Amino acid sequence: MLDKLWSFLILIGIALAAITGNIEAVSSSILSSAKDAIELLIAMAGVVSMWNGFLYIADGSGLTKVLARKMKPLLSFLFPNLPKDHIAGDYICANFIANILGLGWACTPTGLAAMKELKNLEQERLCGKNIPQAKHGLYPDTASNEMCTFLILNISSLQLIPMNLIAYRAQYGSPNPMAVIVPGLITTTLTTVVAIIICKFMCHQQ
Amino acid sequence: MRLISYISVMIIPLVIFYITLHALLLRKPVFDLFLKGAKQGLLTVFEISPSLIGLLVAVGIFRNSGALELICNFLTTVKKLLPFSTSLIPSEILPLSFLKMFSASGANALLFDIFKTYGTDSYIGFTASILLCCTETLFYTISIYFSSIQIKKTRWVVPAGIFLSFVSLILSAWVARFFVCF
Repeated sequence: MLDKLWSFLILIGIALAAITGNIEAVSSSILSSAKDAIELLIAMAGVVSMWNGFLYIADGSGLTKVLARKMKPLLSFLFPNLPKDHIAGDYICANFIANILGLGWACTPTGLAAMKELKNLEQERLCGKNIPQAKHGLYPDTASNEMCTFLILNISSLQLIPMNLIAYRAQYGSPNPMAVIVPGLITTTLTTVVAIIICKFMCHQQ
Repeated sequence: MRLISYISVMIIPLVIFYITLHALLLRKPVFDLFLKGAKQGLLTVFEISPSLIGLLVAVGIFRNSGALELICNFLTTVKKLLPFSTSLIPSEILPLSFLKMFSASGANALLFDIFKTYGTDSYIGFTASILLCCTETLFYTISIYFSSIQIKKTRWVVPAGIFLSFVSLILSAWVARFFVCF
Protein backbone atom coordinates (compact mmCIF):
# COMPACT_ATOMS: atom_id res chain seq x y z
CA MET A 1 0.00 0.00 0.00
CA LEU A 2 2.74 2.45 0.98
CA ASP A 3 4.73 1.45 -2.10
CA LYS A 4 1.84 2.34 -4.36
CA LEU A 5 0.92 5.50 -2.52
CA TRP A 6 4.46 6.80 -2.53
CA SER A 7 4.99 6.15 -6.24
CA PHE A 8 1.55 7.61 -6.93
CA LEU A 9 2.49 10.90 -5.24
CA ILE A 10 5.74 11.15 -7.17
CA LEU A 11 4.53 10.04 -10.60
CA ILE A 12 1.25 11.97 -10.60
CA GLY A 13 3.02 15.02 -9.20
CA ILE A 14 5.72 15.10 -11.86
CA ALA A 15 3.39 14.23 -14.74
CA LEU A 16 0.91 16.89 -13.71
CA ALA A 17 3.62 19.48 -13.19
CA ALA A 18 4.83 18.86 -16.74
CA ILE A 19 1.30 19.46 -18.06
CA THR A 20 0.41 22.48 -15.94
CA GLY A 21 3.82 24.10 -16.26
CA ASN A 22 4.75 23.81 -12.60
CA ILE A 23 7.81 21.72 -13.35
CA GLU A 24 10.19 24.43 -12.16
CA ALA A 25 8.52 24.61 -8.75
CA VAL A 26 8.58 20.82 -8.50
CA SER A 27 12.22 20.66 -9.48
CA SER A 28 13.26 23.04 -6.73
CA SER A 29 10.90 21.44 -4.22
CA ILE A 30 12.58 18.04 -4.67
CA LEU A 31 15.88 19.39 -3.42
CA SER A 32 14.43 21.71 -0.80
CA SER A 33 12.15 19.09 0.76
CA ALA A 34 15.04 16.65 1.11
CA LYS A 35 16.92 19.42 2.89
CA ASP A 36 13.89 20.31 5.01
CA ALA A 37 13.53 16.65 6.02
CA ILE A 38 17.01 16.62 7.53
CA GLU A 39 16.39 19.94 9.29
CA LEU A 40 13.19 18.52 10.73
CA LEU A 41 15.05 15.36 11.82
CA ILE A 42 17.72 17.40 13.57
CA ALA A 43 15.10 19.46 15.37
CA MET A 44 13.29 16.24 16.23
CA ALA A 45 16.34 14.28 17.35
CA GLY A 46 16.96 16.25 20.51
CA VAL A 47 13.37 16.29 21.71
CA VAL A 48 12.64 12.68 20.82
CA SER A 49 15.81 11.46 22.54
CA MET A 50 15.01 13.52 25.62
CA TRP A 51 11.51 12.04 25.87
CA ASN A 52 12.83 8.56 25.20
CA GLY A 53 15.25 9.07 28.09
CA PHE A 54 12.39 9.96 30.42
CA LEU A 55 10.37 7.08 29.03
CA TYR A 56 13.18 4.71 30.05
CA ILE A 57 13.24 6.22 33.54
CA ALA A 58 9.47 5.78 33.85
CA ASP A 59 9.88 2.26 32.55
CA GLY A 60 12.72 1.40 34.90
CA SER A 61 10.90 2.68 37.96
CA GLY A 62 7.77 0.76 37.04
CA LEU A 63 5.73 3.91 36.47
CA THR A 64 4.50 2.78 33.04
CA LYS A 65 3.44 -0.56 34.58
CA VAL A 66 1.42 1.30 37.23
CA LEU A 67 -0.27 3.42 34.56
CA ALA A 68 -0.99 0.37 32.45
CA ARG A 69 -2.56 -1.38 35.44
CA LYS A 70 -4.81 1.62 36.05
CA MET A 71 -5.84 1.70 32.41
CA LYS A 72 -6.31 -2.06 32.20
CA PRO A 73 -10.10 -2.05 31.60
CA LEU A 74 -9.66 0.35 28.70
CA LEU A 75 -6.71 -1.59 27.35
CA SER A 76 -8.42 -4.97 27.44
CA PHE A 77 -11.47 -3.43 25.79
CA LEU A 78 -9.44 -1.95 22.92
CA PHE A 79 -7.00 -4.84 22.57
CA PRO A 80 -8.82 -8.00 23.67
CA ASN A 81 -6.13 -10.30 22.25
CA LEU A 82 -3.22 -8.51 23.89
CA PRO A 83 -1.87 -10.78 26.65
CA LYS A 84 -2.21 -9.34 30.14
CA ASP A 85 0.92 -7.63 31.48
CA HIS A 86 2.56 -7.65 28.05
CA ILE A 87 5.02 -4.77 27.81
CA ALA A 88 3.35 -3.50 24.62
CA GLY A 89 0.39 -2.49 26.80
CA ASP A 90 2.64 -0.29 28.97
CA TYR A 91 3.91 1.64 25.97
CA ILE A 92 0.45 1.94 24.46
CA CYS A 93 -0.78 3.53 27.70
CA ALA A 94 2.24 5.85 27.86
CA ASN A 95 1.52 6.88 24.27
CA PHE A 96 -2.16 7.58 24.98
CA ILE A 97 -1.23 9.71 27.96
CA ALA A 98 1.38 11.63 25.95
CA ASN A 99 -1.25 12.25 23.27
CA ILE A 100 -3.91 13.41 25.72
CA LEU A 101 -1.54 15.75 27.54
CA GLY A 102 -0.37 17.12 24.20
CA LEU A 103 3.30 16.26 24.75
CA GLY A 104 3.94 16.47 21.01
CA TRP A 105 7.11 14.63 20.14
CA ALA A 106 6.85 12.49 23.26
CA CYS A 107 4.19 10.58 21.33
CA THR A 108 6.66 9.40 18.69
CA PRO A 109 9.08 7.43 20.91
CA THR A 110 6.27 5.86 22.96
CA GLY A 111 4.39 5.00 19.78
CA LEU A 112 7.42 3.48 18.10
CA ALA A 113 8.25 1.48 21.24
CA ALA A 114 4.68 0.18 21.30
CA MET A 115 4.88 -0.82 17.64
CA LYS A 116 8.16 -2.66 18.25
CA GLU A 117 6.64 -4.61 21.13
CA LEU A 118 3.55 -5.40 19.06
CA LYS A 119 5.86 -6.84 16.43
CA ASN A 120 7.60 -8.93 19.09
CA LEU A 121 4.16 -10.12 20.16
CA GLU A 122 3.53 -11.36 16.62
CA GLN A 123 6.83 -13.21 16.76
CA GLU A 124 5.85 -14.82 20.05
CA ARG A 125 2.53 -15.80 18.50
CA LEU A 126 4.36 -17.33 15.59
CA CYS A 127 6.57 -19.36 17.90
CA GLY A 128 3.39 -20.90 19.26
CA LYS A 129 3.57 -19.55 22.77
CA ASN A 130 0.32 -19.79 24.62
CA ILE A 131 -1.11 -16.46 23.59
CA PRO A 132 -4.61 -15.77 22.26
CA GLN A 133 -4.14 -15.94 18.53
CA ALA A 134 -5.43 -13.52 15.97
CA LYS A 135 -7.04 -15.51 13.18
CA HIS A 136 -4.58 -14.49 10.54
CA GLY A 137 -0.97 -15.57 11.05
CA LEU A 138 0.66 -13.43 8.41
CA TYR A 139 3.79 -12.29 10.20
CA PRO A 140 6.37 -10.83 9.37
CA ASP A 141 5.43 -8.05 6.95
CA THR A 142 1.72 -7.74 7.68
CA ALA A 143 0.16 -5.47 10.26
CA SER A 144 -1.61 -7.23 13.11
CA ASN A 145 -5.03 -6.20 14.40
CA GLU A 146 -3.39 -4.59 17.42
CA MET A 147 -1.05 -2.52 15.24
CA CYS A 148 -3.93 -1.31 13.07
CA THR A 149 -6.09 -0.43 16.07
CA PHE A 150 -3.23 1.38 17.76
CA LEU A 151 -2.47 3.42 14.65
CA ILE A 152 -6.07 4.40 13.96
CA LEU A 153 -6.53 5.48 17.58
CA ASN A 154 -3.34 7.51 17.29
CA ILE A 155 -4.62 9.23 14.17
CA SER A 156 -7.88 10.21 15.88
CA SER A 157 -5.60 12.12 18.30
CA LEU A 158 -7.48 12.65 21.53
CA GLN A 159 -6.00 15.80 23.08
CA LEU A 160 -7.06 17.95 26.01
CA ILE A 161 -5.60 21.35 25.11
CA PRO A 162 -4.60 22.00 21.48
CA MET A 163 -1.85 24.45 22.41
CA ASN A 164 -0.42 25.04 18.90
CA LEU A 165 -3.80 25.90 17.50
CA ILE A 166 -4.59 28.31 20.32
CA ALA A 167 -1.30 30.05 19.62
CA TYR A 168 -2.08 30.31 15.90
CA ARG A 169 -5.53 31.70 16.61
CA ALA A 170 -4.09 34.30 18.98
CA GLN A 171 -1.47 35.20 16.38
CA TYR A 172 -4.18 35.86 13.78
CA GLY A 173 -6.12 38.15 16.06
CA SER A 174 -8.83 35.93 17.44
CA PRO A 175 -10.83 37.72 20.18
CA ASN A 176 -11.00 34.43 22.08
CA PRO A 177 -8.30 31.97 21.00
CA MET A 178 -9.32 29.47 23.71
CA ALA A 179 -12.86 29.20 22.31
CA VAL A 180 -11.70 26.19 20.33
CA ILE A 181 -10.98 24.03 23.38
CA VAL A 182 -14.50 22.82 24.22
CA PRO A 183 -15.76 22.25 20.67
CA GLY A 184 -12.39 20.70 19.82
CA LEU A 185 -12.70 18.34 22.75
CA ILE A 186 -16.24 17.37 21.75
CA THR A 187 -15.20 16.71 18.15
CA THR A 188 -12.04 14.80 19.00
CA THR A 189 -13.98 12.64 21.48
CA LEU A 190 -16.60 11.88 18.84
CA THR A 191 -13.92 11.04 16.25
CA THR A 192 -12.20 8.77 18.75
CA VAL A 193 -15.49 6.97 19.40
CA VAL A 194 -15.96 6.53 15.65
CA ALA A 195 -12.35 5.30 15.41
CA ILE A 196 -13.00 2.68 18.11
CA ILE A 197 -16.13 1.51 16.30
CA ILE A 198 -14.23 1.22 13.01
CA CYS A 199 -11.44 -0.76 14.66
CA LYS A 200 -13.83 -3.09 16.46
CA PHE A 201 -15.70 -3.70 13.23
CA MET A 202 -12.58 -4.31 11.14
CA CYS A 203 -10.96 -6.60 13.71
CA HIS A 204 -14.18 -8.58 13.90
CA GLN A 205 -14.20 -9.03 10.13
CA GLN A 206 -11.04 -11.09 10.15
CA MET B 1 -8.06 31.74 30.05
CA ARG B 2 -5.00 32.48 32.13
CA LEU B 3 -5.49 29.26 34.05
CA ILE B 4 -5.50 27.19 30.88
CA SER B 5 -2.32 28.71 29.51
CA TYR B 6 -0.79 28.21 32.97
CA ILE B 7 -1.77 24.54 32.96
CA SER B 8 -0.41 23.99 29.47
CA VAL B 9 2.89 25.61 30.39
CA MET B 10 3.10 23.42 33.49
CA ILE B 11 2.36 20.05 31.86
CA ILE B 12 5.79 19.21 30.46
CA PRO B 13 7.80 20.27 33.55
CA LEU B 14 5.31 18.47 35.81
CA VAL B 15 5.49 15.21 33.85
CA ILE B 16 9.30 15.30 33.90
CA PHE B 17 9.38 16.23 37.60
CA TYR B 18 7.04 13.40 38.49
CA ILE B 19 8.90 10.77 36.45
CA THR B 20 12.27 11.76 37.94
CA LEU B 21 11.04 12.01 41.52
CA HIS B 22 9.21 8.69 41.32
CA ALA B 23 12.31 6.91 40.06
CA LEU B 24 14.60 8.63 42.56
CA LEU B 25 12.40 7.65 45.53
CA LEU B 26 12.60 4.04 44.36
CA ARG B 27 16.41 4.36 44.23
CA LYS B 28 16.71 3.67 40.53
CA PRO B 29 19.84 4.70 38.58
CA VAL B 30 17.98 7.69 37.13
CA PHE B 31 20.69 9.20 34.98
CA ASP B 32 21.88 5.85 33.63
CA LEU B 33 18.35 5.03 32.57
CA PHE B 34 18.01 8.42 30.92
CA LEU B 35 21.24 7.94 28.99
CA LYS B 36 20.19 4.52 27.80
CA GLY B 37 16.84 5.88 26.65
CA ALA B 38 18.24 8.96 25.00
CA LYS B 39 20.74 6.83 23.09
CA GLN B 40 17.96 4.55 21.93
CA GLY B 41 15.95 7.67 21.00
CA LEU B 42 18.74 8.95 18.78
CA LEU B 43 18.94 5.57 17.09
CA THR B 44 15.17 5.64 16.58
CA VAL B 45 15.32 9.03 14.90
CA PHE B 46 18.16 7.75 12.76
CA GLU B 47 16.10 4.70 11.83
CA ILE B 48 13.03 6.66 10.78
CA SER B 49 15.00 9.30 8.87
CA PRO B 50 15.03 7.47 5.49
CA SER B 51 11.25 7.13 5.47
CA LEU B 52 10.80 10.74 6.56
CA ILE B 53 13.05 11.99 3.77
CA GLY B 54 11.25 9.84 1.22
CA LEU B 55 7.86 10.96 2.45
CA LEU B 56 8.67 14.66 2.50
CA VAL B 57 10.15 14.56 -0.99
CA ALA B 58 7.07 12.82 -2.40
CA VAL B 59 4.72 15.20 -0.61
CA GLY B 60 6.81 18.17 -1.78
CA ILE B 61 6.52 17.07 -5.40
CA PHE B 62 2.81 16.49 -5.05
CA ARG B 63 2.12 19.81 -3.32
CA ASN B 64 4.03 21.91 -5.82
CA SER B 65 2.67 20.16 -8.90
CA GLY B 66 -0.74 21.79 -8.74
CA ALA B 67 -2.33 18.40 -8.11
CA LEU B 68 -3.90 19.60 -4.88
CA GLU B 69 -5.72 22.50 -6.54
CA LEU B 70 -6.99 20.14 -9.22
CA ILE B 71 -8.26 17.64 -6.68
CA CYS B 72 -9.83 20.37 -4.57
CA ASN B 73 -11.56 21.88 -7.60
CA PHE B 74 -12.79 18.44 -8.48
CA LEU B 75 -14.07 17.85 -4.94
CA THR B 76 -15.83 21.23 -4.94
CA THR B 77 -17.50 20.44 -8.26
CA VAL B 78 -18.67 17.07 -7.01
CA LYS B 79 -19.96 18.72 -3.88
CA LYS B 80 -21.92 21.29 -5.88
CA LEU B 81 -23.63 18.51 -7.79
CA LEU B 82 -24.99 17.08 -4.56
CA PRO B 83 -27.61 19.61 -3.48
CA PHE B 84 -27.78 18.78 0.22
CA SER B 85 -24.01 18.69 0.83
CA THR B 86 -23.42 22.46 0.66
CA SER B 87 -25.13 22.77 4.00
CA LEU B 88 -22.99 20.01 5.49
CA ILE B 89 -19.42 21.14 4.82
CA PRO B 90 -18.14 24.55 3.72
CA SER B 91 -16.16 23.97 0.52
CA GLU B 92 -13.24 26.10 1.73
CA ILE B 93 -12.53 23.41 4.33
CA LEU B 94 -12.24 20.48 1.90
CA PRO B 95 -8.69 21.24 0.74
CA LEU B 96 -7.60 21.67 4.36
CA SER B 97 -8.89 18.26 5.33
CA PHE B 98 -7.23 16.74 2.29
CA LEU B 99 -3.89 18.45 2.82
CA LYS B 100 -3.79 17.56 6.51
CA MET B 101 -3.58 13.87 5.60
CA PHE B 102 -0.20 14.45 3.94
CA SER B 103 1.51 17.43 5.42
CA ALA B 104 1.19 19.27 8.72
CA SER B 105 3.11 22.34 7.55
CA GLY B 106 1.04 22.54 4.37
CA ALA B 107 -2.17 22.35 6.39
CA ASN B 108 -0.92 25.09 8.71
CA ALA B 109 -0.13 27.38 5.78
CA LEU B 110 -3.63 26.84 4.44
CA LEU B 111 -5.10 27.43 7.90
CA PHE B 112 -3.36 30.83 8.05
CA ASP B 113 -4.83 31.69 4.63
CA ILE B 114 -8.29 30.82 5.91
CA PHE B 115 -7.73 32.89 9.06
CA LYS B 116 -6.64 35.86 6.96
CA THR B 117 -9.48 35.60 4.46
CA TYR B 118 -12.41 34.69 6.69
CA GLY B 119 -11.26 35.56 10.22
CA THR B 120 -10.47 33.14 13.04
CA ASP B 121 -13.94 33.07 14.56
CA SER B 122 -16.11 33.02 11.46
CA TYR B 123 -17.95 29.78 10.75
CA ILE B 124 -15.25 28.73 8.29
CA GLY B 125 -12.35 29.81 10.49
CA PHE B 126 -13.85 28.04 13.46
CA THR B 127 -14.49 24.85 11.51
CA ALA B 128 -10.88 24.91 10.33
CA SER B 129 -9.65 25.36 13.92
CA ILE B 130 -11.69 22.43 15.19
CA LEU B 131 -10.71 20.24 12.26
CA LEU B 132 -7.00 20.66 12.93
CA CYS B 133 -7.57 19.81 16.62
CA CYS B 134 -8.93 16.40 15.85
CA THR B 135 -6.87 15.05 12.97
CA GLU B 136 -3.34 13.76 12.85
CA THR B 137 -1.15 13.73 9.73
CA LEU B 138 -2.36 10.37 8.48
CA PHE B 139 0.35 9.31 6.05
CA TYR B 140 3.20 10.61 8.18
CA THR B 141 2.08 8.53 11.15
CA ILE B 142 1.39 5.43 9.09
CA SER B 143 4.64 5.48 7.16
CA ILE B 144 6.84 6.30 10.16
CA TYR B 145 5.25 3.76 12.49
CA PHE B 146 5.04 0.91 10.00
CA SER B 147 8.38 1.42 8.31
CA SER B 148 10.12 1.45 11.70
CA ILE B 149 9.13 -2.20 12.15
CA GLN B 150 9.31 -3.22 8.47
CA ILE B 151 5.60 -3.74 7.94
CA LYS B 152 4.60 -3.62 4.29
CA LYS B 153 1.03 -4.85 4.22
CA THR B 154 -0.94 -2.25 6.13
CA ARG B 155 -4.32 -3.99 5.62
CA TRP B 156 -7.26 -1.72 6.48
CA VAL B 157 -5.35 1.16 8.09
CA VAL B 158 -5.25 3.52 5.09
CA PRO B 159 -8.94 3.25 4.08
CA ALA B 160 -10.02 3.45 7.72
CA GLY B 161 -7.82 6.51 8.26
CA ILE B 162 -9.21 8.27 5.18
CA PHE B 163 -12.74 7.46 6.27
CA LEU B 164 -11.93 8.79 9.72
CA SER B 165 -10.66 12.12 8.37
CA PHE B 166 -13.88 12.42 6.38
CA VAL B 167 -15.89 11.79 9.54
CA SER B 168 -13.90 14.39 11.45
CA LEU B 169 -14.51 16.87 8.62
CA ILE B 170 -18.28 16.50 8.90
CA LEU B 171 -18.21 16.49 12.69
CA SER B 172 -16.10 19.66 12.86
CA ALA B 173 -18.50 21.48 10.56
CA TRP B 174 -21.47 20.40 12.67
CA VAL B 175 -19.92 21.24 16.01
CA ALA B 176 -18.65 24.58 14.66
CA ARG B 177 -22.12 25.45 13.42
CA PHE B 178 -23.58 24.65 16.81
CA PHE B 179 -21.02 26.80 18.64
CA VAL B 180 -21.04 29.73 16.23
CA CYS B 181 -24.84 29.94 16.07
CA PHE B 182 -25.56 29.76 19.78
